[in-house]
This record gives sequence, C-alpha cells and structure tokens, in this order.
Amino acid sequence: MKRIDALRIIADTDALVVCNIGFPSRELYSIADKPTTFYMLGSMGLASSIGLGVARAQKRAVLAVDGDGSVLMNLGTLATIAHYGPSNYHLVIIDNSAYGSTGDQPTFTGRKTDLAALARAAGNEQVYTVNTEDGLRGLLRELPRGPTVIVVKTEPGNADCPVVPLTASSIKNRFMKTISQ
Amino acid sequence: MIRGVFPMPSPIDERIVAFIREAGANFACSVPDGMIAGALELIEKAGIDHVPVTREEEGVGICAGASLAGRKPVLFMQNSGLGNSINALASLTMFYEMPLLLVVAHRGTKGEKIAAQIPMGKATPMLLDTLGIRWATVARRSQLQTIRRLAREAFSKNRVRAVLFRGELWNEKN
Repeated sequence: MKRIDALRIIADTDALVVCNIGFPSRELYSIADKPTTFYMLGSMGLASSIGLGVARAQKRAVLAVDGDGSVLMNLGTLATIAHYGPSNYHLVIIDNSAYGSTGDQPTFTGRKTDLAALARAAGNEQVYTVNTEDGLRGLLRELPRGPTVIVVKTEPGNADCPVVPLTASSIKNRFMKTISQ
Repeated sequence: MIRGVFPMPSPIDERIVAFIREAGANFACSVPDGMIAGALELIEKAGIDHVPVTREEEGVGICAGASLAGRKPVLFMQNSGLGNSINALASLTMFYEMPLLLVVAHRGTKGEKIAAQIPMGKATPMLLDTLGIRWATVARRSQLQTIRRLAREAFSKNRVRAVLFRGELWNEKN
C-alpha cells in the first residue's frame, strides 16, 4: 500500500478532512476534491492540531490526515490529543517512513521510532496500526469513539499529481460553508 | 517588574478576561506565563473553551481549526512563544485570513531578572512589525480597553492582532 491507496479509502468517508501539506493534499485532490476537505498549503506539522480545533468546535467527525515526518515535528500534539481530543476526532498518520514531499528522505519511523507506541505513551487509549487497505477501510467504516490515533503503514512514493490549484480563501470559505450547513 | 510566581486572579485579570469575552472570544489555547496566570484561571469560568497546549505553534494550529468552525480564538503565551509560532502565523493564520488574538506576556523588558529573556524581549515588536501584525502594549490599567478593540478587529476583519502585556500592569499604584 502506498499513500495514495490509503487516501482513496479516506476519500470515501463522509468525515471532515484536514489534509497535510504537499503530496498528501495533491494526491487527495486528484482522487476526489470535496468542500469537506481542508487542504494545507503551509504550516507543516499542524494537520493534527488544525483537525483538533475543528473537532472541538463542531460535532461532525474529523479525520486529521497527517504524515510521519509532520507528526515528528509536533510530537506534543499526541499528548494534547490524549487530554483534549474530543470523541469526533481521529488522527490518521500515513506513515511511509519518508519525507515524501521533499524527495523521500528517510524519517526515524523507518528505524527505531514507533509512532503508535509514542501515541500510547502520551496517554491515548484508542491507538490502531493498520498495514492493509482492508484494515483501514474497516476501521474508517465504523469509526470508534475518539479520540483515536490510526497509524497506517505504507511504502514511500508519490503519485504524479499537480499542485492543488485552489486558493487559500476558496479552500477556507467552502470548508466553513460546509461546516455551517 | 515581573509578576510573582503564584498570583491569584486579580481584578486586572478579571477585566482582561471580560474584555476578551465582550469582543466575542469563545475559544482559547495557552502556554502559561506568570503574567497571564491569573487570566488563565478565569477563562473557562467565562465560558471560553480552553485547550492548554505543549508549544505555541500547536496553539496556532488548534485556534486556526476552531476558527474554521466559526470560533473566535485567543492564544495566550509568553513572547518567547511568538518565536516558536512565526511560520504557522504566516503560512496558516495570515495566509488563510483567519482571526486570532495573541495575548502575550512581554518578558525581557524593564526590570527583567532573567537575562536570556532580553533578546526576544527586544525583538518581539520588530518581529510583529515584520510579519505585519498590528499590536499594542498594555502596561497601565488605562490601556486595558485596547484588548477589546484589538480583539474586535481581529475577529471582524479575520486578522491576527497582538496585545503585549508588561509586568508593570499588575504593580501600578493607584
């Protein structure tokens, strides 16, 4: 499974999605662009945090789609999620052990660092590791009561997708409109 | 002068929180500082959803998310945390034109006892100017209303605004 295979499954859900900067957003946009997706255009490391804010402030389920490199940049988020993550919050870490958007340089999760173990050690009780598309599909079909942390182990590699052509204001405005309806 | 380490909420802290509330704030993140400790004790009682965070940049992200769902967010922090937040403020909050009030304990100014606070104390106004964030210092009780004005501006114009507290505020003689 590559990142784009996981994103195809995520694109099938009705949840609000906050999608990490770079290739994750490019790939998700190319699979299915939806107003319920907030594409990050900057601020690497903050997908989990943005998603947490969205989840606390309204009732719909939120999937924060993050990467291993990005979570390593904001590890404190795992502790904050454990203490303040609401039941509609789900962090999906697509862990390909690489900084995919900058040339697949290896991250530490390919060697000694275990993000699921870190999430548990930070106090999270609902932590899942999935290695297969069926595993991810099953988990997202019947989302457990959150906060959950789902680590999706994938191979590195990006699909050939162009940059998200939307402006920041259009991403924000249509996402906010969807939420307020 | 720097505020003591274990302050009780004072009438000044009550006015700070009241002004923020009057401006419509209903969400907050924080990394603590002695100067803002009293206000932090009061914000939940004021009906403001409060998420303490591990690092200021994380708070910028959570506040941005809350604003997407219509909340009016405030981030409480020490000015050292401004340094930890700059990329997020520029490439998230400001780039997407989201509202955010920064309530900042401005350390490293007159009377600072910790030398390491001084470099960021000096740099803080220039950093805000460089980012294009409008700010005001609140060092006297007569300046407290500035908080409400800047908060309203942040929330109505989808901009970042900053209030810089000086320790003198809590030591001002009547």
